[in-house]
Amino acid sequence: MSIEIRNITKRFGNFVALDNVSLDIPTGELVALLGPSGCGKTTLLRIIAGMESADDGQILFSGEEATHVHTRERKVGFVFQHYALFRHMSVFENVAFGLRVKPRDERPSEAQIRKRVTDLLKLVQLDWLAERYPSQLSGGQRQRIALARALAVEPKVLLLDEPFGALDTQVRKELRRWLRRLHDEMHIASVFVTHDQEEALEVADRVVVMNKGHVEQVGTPDEVYTMPASPFVYRFLGNVNVFHNRVHGGWAEVDRSGKSEEPAQGDGTQAFVRPHDIEILRESADNALSARVLHVQAIGPLVRVEVEHQHEIFEVELTRERHTELGIASGDTVWLRPRNVRVFQGNALLDSRTFDLGGGI
Amino acid sequence: MSRLHSHVNTESRGVRYTLIALALGFMFLFLALPLLAVFAEALRQGLGPYWAALGDSDTQHAILLTVLIAVIVLPFNILFGLAAAWLVARFEFRGKNLLLTFIDLPFAVSPVVAGLLFILIFGRNGWLGPWLQAHDIKIIFALPGMIIATLFITFPYIARELIPLMQSQGKDEEEAAVSLGANGLQMFWRVTLPNIKWGLLYGVILANARAMGEFGAVSVVSGHIRGETNTLPLHVEILYNEYNSVGAFASASVLALLALVTLIAKTIVEWRMNRETAMLDAALPPERVES
Repeated sequence: MSIEIRNITKRFGNFVALDNVSLDIPTGELVALLGPSGCGKTTLLRIIAGMESADDGQILFSGEEATHVHTRERKVGFVFQHYALFRHMSVFENVAFGLRVKPRDERPSEAQIRKRVTDLLKLVQLDWLAERYPSQLSGGQRQRIALARALAVEPKVLLLDEPFGALDTQVRKELRRWLRRLHDEMHIASVFVTHDQEEALEVADRVVVMNKGHVEQVGTPDEVYTMPASPFVYRFLGNVNVFHNRVHGGWAEVDRSGKSEEPAQGDGTQAFVRPHDIEILRESADNALSARVLHVQAIGPLVRVEVEHQHEIFEVELTRERHTELGIASGDTVWLRPRNVRVFQGNALLDSRTFDLGGGI
Repeated sequence: MSRLHSHVNTESRGVRYTLIALALGFMFLFLALPLLAVFAEALRQGLGPYWAALGDSDTQHAILLTVLIAVIVLPFNILFGLAAAWLVARFEFRGKNLLLTFIDLPFAVSPVVAGLLFILIFGRNGWLGPWLQAHDIKIIFALPGMIIATLFITFPYIARELIPLMQSQGKDEEEAAVSLGANGLQMFWRVTLPNIKWGLLYGVILANARAMGEFGAVSVVSGHIRGETNTLPLHVEILYNEYNSVGAFASASVLALLALVTLIAKTIVEWRMNRETAMLDAALPPERVES
């Protein structure tokens, strides 16, 4: 089932949680709502589930108006960050709950319930825990039971609110991969909320980056990472260096007035470059900025170099091989050449083809 | 804790034992001794007069009336307590703090003042007095008045017990139930009630003890009609004022016994509640993800 979100607005008192948000989620897609806390992502998810009502706007399921349909009738599976398993019921009864509360004429027989629950527990590979109680399970097991419970009623949409937020890194990675596989088998629309950019980029078909109640960008994980639509998306998805500069037509020039002790001032435009998109050169070259190396640190497979240019500090990431080739140490003077640059004026992306650094210094 | 530590962060042995002796002595003098005295006084002339005193028709009536009031009041209290706790724990609304203050009002107001309030409203010269008289409805100096006064006094107990419990449990489980297709009643019976049952029972026990022991408010509205509107606490006072020491203490022993039963029931419920809470907060077993 596809979900259409049309011009949804939601306020809590004076706080605008969602400001005119529109979004399409086609069937079969796994979508991540990504943003910092307070950006409205959970509120949006709860509005889709019908647990919160929007002040304005519409929700459509498969093209049909669902804005005022009760949660009970929406046929959504909802998975909570803190599992929300029924604490006084066994694992089996937790999963069976959705079948047992069906109206009498739709309710499956006891044997059918038993079979369906056992199948679901096998699907989440926890059939050996059927008689346990939630308090006797680990966090990862609880969340998989919560998923099995949500799937028991054959939902048309699966909604997950920070599903792995309360788990530790190792388990989180396992469950992520596992959710991806499960989703691919189900052929339903799934939406999950997360503040973890790595999680969103790794699992989702599409990522919706949200900030302060707005959708900043919608795109594939690759699109939002390599072509961020706003400075916010740049900053939120990974590390980034910001150069203050001046724009001349299609060219952006970094301020090199250099004489003053003040940090460089441009005309309000900013150029964004990811740390791994900056090349470090030993020799002066065209389109390169001189900089002083402050600090070199190896982190896992990468080497992070902190350099200073015009009293501003930038980060560059090199592979270990490249670092060995260059042999940089603190105090060295080097030249920086960005490979992939996007220039923004305020929040607007400028169509700047080249990042001109003005032929070295 | 090791002995080494205990030297560092506790008082010397002498101070500790003195404090413990003080606390125990105080408890014995002011709590245990009076309770023993009640039974001693009641049984001073032996079991025969004791049973005779309890068998007195007025005393029997007082016991029945006390139980009757409690039995009528408690269901209302349960309903109100659940509704109020639900409202406060599950919803945000204007005037929530005001509602909480009102729930606490019976704790703050002296029971005698509460009783007088009801006389002011329902009494012969009260606001509703003329109307009630015209329709031949008797509230003050009759059972309805005593029920209303007891309701007022015991109002907060269940709500006060449930609000923090429901707030700490959150509404996730209830939302999960609804998203799985449960209707309101199914959600309440299958999810909400099992989660709060011990807290509810605890509140009921406290409210019951208070309902049966209430003196001030009920005294004002009852009119002390022997064999008609005398509850057990009122009856004890009347007998005592008549120098019927054995009768007074025999009736008092019933109340004291009730208090003991309440204490034991309360302890059991508390123990169950703590055990379930401890179970929920138990350390998670090591992670096992196999895929």
